[in-house]
Amino acid sequence: MERKLMKGNEAVGEAAIAAGCRYFFGYPITPQNELPEYMARRLPEVGGTYLQAESEVSAINMVYGAAGAGARVMTSSSSPGISLKQEGLSYLAGAELPCVVVNMMRGGPGLGGIQPAQSDYFQATKGGGHGDYHLLVLAPAYVQELVDLVQEAFDLADKYRNPVMILGDGVLGQMMEPVAITKYIDPRDLPKKEWATTGASGRRPNLINSLYIDPVELAAHNRKLAAKYQRMCREEQRFQEYCLEDAETILVAYGVMARICRSVVDMARHSGLKWGLFRPISLYPFPGDALYDRAKEAGVRRVVTAELSCGQLIEDVRLALDGLVPTELLAYPGGLVPSPAEVFRQAKSERGALNGCSA
Amino acid sequence: MAVQHEKRVFGYPSSLTDAPFHYCPGCTHGIAHRLVAEAIDDLRLKEHTVGVASVGCSVFTYNYFNCDMQQASHGRAPAVATGIKRVSPETIVFTYQGDGDLASIGTAEIIHAAARGENITVIFINNTNFGMTGGQMAPTTLPGQKTTTTPLGRDVKKAGYPLRVCELLSALDGPAYLARVSLHSPKEVLRAKKAIRKAFETQVAGAGFSLVEVLSTCPTNWGLPPKKALEYLRDEVAKYYPLGEFRDGPREVEACSTR
Ligand SMILES: Cc1ncc(C[n+]2csc(CCOP(=O)(O)OP(=O)(O)O)c2C)c(N)n1
Ligand code: SF4
Repeated sequence: MERKLMKGNEAVGEAAIAAGCRYFFGYPITPQNELPEYMARRLPEVGGTYLQAESEVSAINMVYGAAGAGARVMTSSSSPGISLKQEGLSYLAGAELPCVVVNMMRGGPGLGGIQPAQSDYFQATKGGGHGDYHLLVLAPAYVQELVDLVQEAFDLADKYRNPVMILGDGVLGQMMEPVAITKYIDPRDLPKKEWATTGASGRRPNLINSLYIDPVELAAHNRKLAAKYQRMCREEQRFQEYCLEDAETILVAYGVMARICRSVVDMARHSGLKWGLFRPISLYPFPGDALYDRAKEAGVRRVVTAELSCGQLIEDVRLALDGLVPTELLAYPGGLVPSPAEVFRQAKSERGALNGCSA
Repeated sequence: MAVQHEKRVFGYPSSLTDAPFHYCPGCTHGIAHRLVAEAIDDLRLKEHTVGVASVGCSVFTYNYFNCDMQQASHGRAPAVATGIKRVSPETIVFTYQGDGDLASIGTAEIIHAAARGENITVIFINNTNFGMTGGQMAPTTLPGQKTTTTPLGRDVKKAGYPLRVCELLSALDGPAYLARVSLHSPKEVLRAKKAIRKAFETQVAGAGFSLVEVLSTCPTNWGLPPKKALEYLRDEVAKYYPLGEFRDGPREVEACSTR
């Protein structure tokens, strides 16, 4: 299998093309610029279209139109730009349109900074825009996993007719790792979307819409969406575990923070401490069932959540554990990515664990 | 006895469904719908057309146009239309937008779709107010005109001046066809019909962005009976917004040399 050294952001682009995506609508923002630049270069080579929109608002609405026309389509941005896309994401979810949105997170709020962060966790997993909806959210930690999840994201988006978000961070977007892309899909081989607006030739007109003025109809639509999210919760919980068999301390972390915590576990094991790592890969649906099962094991004394934000991931951890074992928070906001040694030291001194802003 | 065959001289355009319009009595949204449908019929485009409904009184336009439709968020129809057209360049894509939608919240989207020369057709209904939300001031509200948010009449010193969209867009190289028409008399309706047809023809020819601004009544929020509303449209609105074609045919612009 041929492996190629690729930067995370560029690997996303190639993975999308491999998944049959031929349309990309973007707007520049650090730290994800390599992705739109890659698409501007690469898409014309495969008969696709790259278009730089006038704003993230326009970009996500171009995605809406393209998705409604039946295409596999992608947009990407980083935190402030993702905020601007929230209205569009709500409409995409409401109109049940598939698409893939990449957020290479940076610090906030406001203009924040350009260093890696995980502070858009709430926005990504709890809705973000208005209304009762969810994105399916996937959080890779390695460039190869990023590639695999981007490809899978397009399938999941089509399966659920729902936007899927790839939630990465500046580290993942900028780092280079060897990747292999084995499967290339020709978009012409994908199943036809009968609901798409392609011109009503020989059939009744199709409608892409999120307006249900009759409350009975809107309630039915909301219930249908809720059933879809419940199905996601049953079928799409993903996670990875490391050294959990006999763990007394479970670290929970995703994305780049999970890579750091893997080293922390190694350090702990080296000094005779029974620590393990639970890494959520799907953030919505949160893999809470598996986390609960692991934490239920006899020897587990505490669950420590480490995140590049001030207490967002830990809320889902606590919901999943429902008071089963004590939880602690290690919060690293603002783009200050900690070293494994620092995390190890803080996680070891049990009361040293910052409880951050989350009481 | 010989059977007399009646010759059909007038009917419903096949690009309209038979759903009854929900518009207020005397509202010219219905006439504009019919003109768009007739243009689509005349050019035999119904089976290749995708319409984009916007947010305003015409939000339910997807119930009336008998073709594929997408409903866009407020102001974003030109971006949605761009997405559709880029995926299916062979389809004919139009948006139908009010002046709150296009000239207020959606100014960025319309200006950039026009600047890109996006090969879509925009039907822009200028009734000088936000109809659907109860008659508030729009950017197009005339100086001195009363609305629910300019109860003493629009004071340009405080609320600023109206936007003339056709004039604004005619500063750009992108548009291939720009026209402003009015629906205040049968003669003007026929002119409007011609302009709308020309806009669709522009797209069929692949010439680029086309927009027809249709001056339209809102008797309900203007507080005028339908006939008086048509007179106001003729005497006040069409005076502030001159009718005519602002661009007729694409512009050729030479690219600079690459570095
Ligand atoms: C984001 C957002 N802001 C505000 C509204 C409320 N709203 C609905 S229609 C409308 C104005 C419509 O006016 P116009 O486009 O002129 O169309 P008309 O109703 O006059 O035909 C507004 C502000 C909305 N639906 N969405
Ligand atoms: S409120 Fe005005 S624009 Fe809306 S349907 Fe009534 S008359 Fe027409």
